[in-house]
Amino acid sequence: MKKKKIFLPINDNDVETLEAGDNVLLNGEIYVARDAAHKRLIDLIDNNKNLPFEIKNSVIYYMGPTPTPNGKVIGSAGPTTSHRMDKYTPKLLDLGLKATIGKGKRSLEVIESMKKNKAVYFSAIGGTGALLNQSILKNEIIEYEDLGPEALRKITVKDFPVIVSIDSNGKSLFEIERAKYRDKFKLEV
Amino acid sequence: MIKEIESNKVTEVIKQACTDINFNVDPKLKQKLEEALNNEESPIAKSILENILLNFDCAQKNNIPICQDTGMVIVFAEIGQDVHITGGSFEKAVNEGVKQAYKDSFLRKSIVSDPIERKNTFNNTPAILHTRIVDGDKINFKIMAKGFGSENTSQLKMLKPADGINGIENFIKEVLEEAIPNACAPVIVGIGIGGDFETCALNAKKALTLPIDYKHKNKIYEDLSNRIIKFANNTGIGPMGLGGINSALKVNIIESPTHIAGLPVAINICCYADRITEREL
Repeated sequence: MKKKKIFLPINDNDVETLEAGDNVLLNGEIYVARDAAHKRLIDLIDNNKNLPFEIKNSVIYYMGPTPTPNGKVIGSAGPTTSHRMDKYTPKLLDLGLKATIGKGKRSLEVIESMKKNKAVYFSAIGGTGALLNQSILKNEIIEYEDLGPEALRKITVKDFPVIVSIDSNGKSLFEIERAKYRDKFKLEV
Repeated sequence: MIKEIESNKVTEVIKQACTDINFNVDPKLKQKLEEALNNEESPIAKSILENILLNFDCAQKNNIPICQDTGMVIVFAEIGQDVHITGGSFEKAVNEGVKQAYKDSFLRKSIVSDPIERKNTFNNTPAILHTRIVDGDKINFKIMAKGFGSENTSQLKMLKPADGINGIENFIKEVLEEAIPNACAPVIVGIGIGGDFETCALNAKKALTLPIDYKHKNKIYEDLSNRIIKFANNTGIGPMGLGGINSALKVNIIESPTHIAGLPVAINICCYADRITEREL
């Protein structure tokens, strides 16, 4: 399968070339945030305060790693379920966030906001945290250390494997692929 | 005859089990996933299943947990009535084992002390502990590390007797339709039928501790399990929701006597990595 390499930060041109179903290898810096960090980021936005990182053209990975063992860069580092962040995502997309990485479906509101703001949603394979660990070169906490596994991080990745599951036109692999494999399973009951 | 078991033995067993399940996969489960890979028709799903299998090897080789959600620890302890636990409290010993495993093996601390205030306890305790007194002089443990991506997709419903087996089946199908795309499919499904409100939930969780090759003795339940598997795999939702014919690996059911007015049904969902082990003292 052909894989597209993307170098971060990601711009509108990159986003427009990506189509649902593309296998992508991400290279560069990615911000890492999940439930609790998102809540704090949104509180900052609601109070007209600056975010602790440049959100324009950035990528957020929904992930909370296991602690880093001695001599390693990071622990297990697979995606968490994205829809818990749906409530927060449109506000971040409006500020220039270009891509999110997680697992599972997104809400209609998020997809509409992705179309409006030209953004893309990548799926990483859930539960493959040991494998994804191999593509992470650097890992640092940039804010909210008190949240433990939910701290806001910046990671540097090399050929981090993802698949475009919803593109900037709103084309969704969750719908397209599902339709192809409906009623294909055979089992005598 | 009373048999004495020291509480630090309990700690040791729990510690070892918690570490073991987060790095090593049950070979039978791995085999089941290999079968799924072989019969899968979707190229995307095939590549996902290949990566899932690669990840298991990678976890072992590099000593990195299989999944970053190293779970909330759930312990089912069946304690023989002739056992006397010495040297400290049983519950503390269980939690101490969890604490030590999660610290020493670099597992993620995912527990908050209060559901609304949400402050991390930073040691992954407390564990959920279910004890039952049984005959004999042994303690049997079933220890599970339960991820919450899948736990969040679980549901319970108090059906009415008139709903019958069709009502049960329809409810399970509704829940699976919503659950599979978000719960790290192909999922493993535990179903509790009967009992009361909490017993059917407990049975659903216990059903996740049954072996992957378990077959129900009663044909009614075995057939229901197979119909549910068939339904799930015909949704087309597939591994990680990205299409395919492998949406559920296994459905296990535990039933219980219930009230003349009731038909509770609980569905507990687990991702493909059902991290569970059994130990005995």
